[in-house]
Amino acid sequence: MLTKRIVPCLDIKNGRTVKGVNFVDLRDAGDPVELAKQYAEQGADELVFLDISATLEGRGTTLEMVLRVAEQVNIPFTVGGGISSVEHVDALLQCGADKVSINSSAVKRPELVNELSNKFGSQCVVVAIDAKQVDGQWKVHLAGGSIPTEIDLFEWAKEVEQRGAGEILFTSMNHDGTKNGFANEALSKLSETLNIPIIASGGAGNVQHFIDTFVEGKSDAALAASVFHFGEIPIPELKKELKQNNIEVRL
Amino acid sequence: MSEFKDMSESSSASGKLDGASSVVIINYGAGNIKSIQFAFKRLGVDAVLSNNPEVIKAADKVIFPGVGEASSAMKMLKETGLDTLIPRLKQPVLGICLGMQLLCLSSEEGNTKGLGVFQTEVKRFSNDVKVPQMGWNVIKDLKSDLFKGIKENEYMYLVHSYYAEHCNETIAKTDYGLNYASALQHNNFYGVQFHPEKSGIQGQKILENFLKL
Repeated sequence: MLTKRIVPCLDIKNGRTVKGVNFVDLRDAGDPVELAKQYAEQGADELVFLDISATLEGRGTTLEMVLRVAEQVNIPFTVGGGISSVEHVDALLQCGADKVSINSSAVKRPELVNELSNKFGSQCVVVAIDAKQVDGQWKVHLAGGSIPTEIDLFEWAKEVEQRGAGEILFTSMNHDGTKNGFANEALSKLSETLNIPIIASGGAGNVQHFIDTFVEGKSDAALAASVFHFGEIPIPELKKELKQNNIEVRL
Repeated sequence: MSEFKDMSESSSASGKLDGASSVVIINYGAGNIKSIQFAFKRLGVDAVLSNNPEVIKAADKVIFPGVGEASSAMKMLKETGLDTLIPRLKQPVLGICLGMQLLCLSSEEGNTKGLGVFQTEVKRFSNDVKVPQMGWNVIKDLKSDLFKGIKENEYMYLVHSYYAEHCNETIAKTDYGLNYASALQHNNFYGVQFHPEKSGIQGQKILENFLKL
């Protein structure tokens, strides 16, 4: 049976991990490659690197980082953040990234989804969607959630699926950072509306939240950052508990 | 960006390490093959990327990769003459993902003919399951030296929308809505639907087994 995936997310700036990481046994906690290797050993199913570099030079460093990760890590990984052209995606894939995730650039120019899936295949195109529920309506937000739009989450998700997205990474801004659980109602609706995998993001605080998003939220994968980085939820224990709750995971 | 490409292609002149077999990864422009090259590097083998028939024919082991769409990949193989070269290779050949599918008789993806090494057809998953299948699933009923030391129901990483139907060349099975062939073997030709290069230590073991064939 296809397993549910556990996906740690690392924020990268100028080729280095930025958010504090509290790992023992790490020579350099700012080195994304060291972290990635450690996560792979712990049983993470894949990794997401989110590039938050503001400069062109910073992005160049990220490309080198991708190459080093691909060289040393034997599980799949996705790279996202500021990707807006076919050329940029080509460079990332050439360096060994398995998938790329696009967000605001897809909203600004939806044809980008078609272009990428036609050229590289749907399997490597993840569309990330940040959305916020306002008066019962889920609205897509841009630029890391800072700019609201009138676009409906479910309509947009359907559109990108039709344009060739291979996967949706949905972050609920109402839940992100709260550690109160994932947006399971919206996630389950996405899963029922679409026929591509859905990654849940935003709200992970404890093991039960992961159980809930796989069962109630019908998510295919769950992404989190701080609970993993600070060792609050060790991945081997998380997966063991998921298994005990009859959720199929890779152990 | 292009310097990365050049760097890897010149990483080894001959692809031979002391006493180790030479590995050539067929480079016909189909997707991300860097990961496969890196996986061999982790095993201490410098695999060479090439579309040169002489280099491919001279290799001890050949990897036939592929990511992307079947009919356009077939088109690229035809343009380079690789479509006639590959089925005639005598050394162990390992098709990975789309590479395995292209070794079959045909594919529903772009309604294309395949290279006809494996006597089976490639079909699209029904919409009863999410398509693509993306993630870790188990392989079972393992029948080949390729899987020496790999236990039944081991997890492998898969990303695909099309699958190969069972035939008597099936050497591993996987369930996703239905039961399909996740690995095939015909004489010196091997094919795996999963990505051994992305399947952790167990995947690495399969590549190691292939090198020992």
